Amino acid sequence: MVETEFAPLAALAGGALIGVASVLLMAVKGRIAGISGITVRLFPPYSDGDLAGRAAFVLGVIAAPLIWLLVTGALPVQTIEAGLGLLLIAGLLVGFGSVWGNGCTSGHGVCGMSRLSARSFVAVATFMTTAAITVYVTRHLV
Amino acid sequence: MAVLIQFAIGLIFGVGLVVAGMSDPAKVLNFLDFAAIPARTWDASLAFVLGGAVAVTAIGFRLVLRRGQPVFGTAFHLPNARAIDARIITGPAIFGIGWGLAGFCPGPALTALGAGTLPAITFVASMLVGMIAARWLAERQTTAASLTGA
Repeated sequence: MVETEFAPLAALAGGALIGVASVLLMAVKGRIAGISGITVRLFPPYSDGDLAGRAAFVLGVIAAPLIWLLVTGALPVQTIEAGLGLLLIAGLLVGFGSVWGNGCTSGHGVCGMSRLSARSFVAVATFMTTAAITVYVTRHLV
Repeated sequence: MAVLIQFAIGLIFGVGLVVAGMSDPAKVLNFLDFAAIPARTWDASLAFVLGGAVAVTAIGFRLVLRRGQPVFGTAFHLPNARAIDARIITGPAIFGIGWGLAGFCPGPALTALGAGTLPAITFVASMLVGMIAARWLAERQTTAASLTGA
C-alpha cells in the first residue's frame, strides 16, 4: 500500500466544492447530482430531452484533471494499485451496484444524506461496511 | 446556455474531487482501511470530504428548494422512493465491494478518465457495462411486476 497524508483542510475545501456543484445543479436543472444516475442515463432508453446537459456535466467532471494540469502544471496524483483484471471486476461491481441501489457516494452520500433520506443513510452504511470489509480482507487477510 | 452551465457545474464537481484528493484511489483505500488506525497510517480525509459536501448541500438545498422551480426547468426532480427494500441493501453492498477492491467510485473514476491512463479507461469501460446491465435488469423487473400486477 501507498501511504497518503491526512489533509483535513483540502478535504473540507474539496468537499465544499462538491457541495456547491450539487446545490448549483439543483438550482439550475432541479436534478440530484448523482454521478451514477447521470452517467447511466447517457445511454438509451432516454426518458427526457436532457441528454446534452447530462453529457456536458459528465464531460466537466472528466475535464477537471486537465484544468488542474493547466493551472498547477501537473496532473493530480493518482496511485492505482489494482491490476487491470481486478479493475475490470471492480468496475463491473461498482457500476452494477450503484445503479441497482439507485446511487453511489454522490447521490446517496452527498445529496441523499443532505436531504436526510433514510434510504440514503441505509445505502451509505451498507457500502461503507462492505467496502471496509473488502479492504480488510484484501490488505490484512489475503 | 443551460448546457454550458452544466459543463461548468461538472467541472466544479470534478475539481472538488481533485482538491479533496479523492481522485487518488490510494487515499480512498487508506480511509476504508480502518485496521490501519492503530498503526497511524489511516487517512481520515474522506470523512472530511463527505462532511464538507453534506454541510454545504444540506444548507444549499434548503435555500434552493424554497424557490418554485429551477432556473432551467419547470420542477425539482427529487427522488420519491421511501421504502427500505432489498435493492437499497444489495445495490450498495455490491457497489461497496467493488469500491473496496480498486478505490474508485463513479465520480473519481470519471476524473481519472480525464488523465487518460489505461487502468482508468479499463475501470470506466467496465463500470459502464455494469451500470447498463443493472438498469436493463431493473427495467425488466419493473415490467414483469407491472404485468403480473405485483
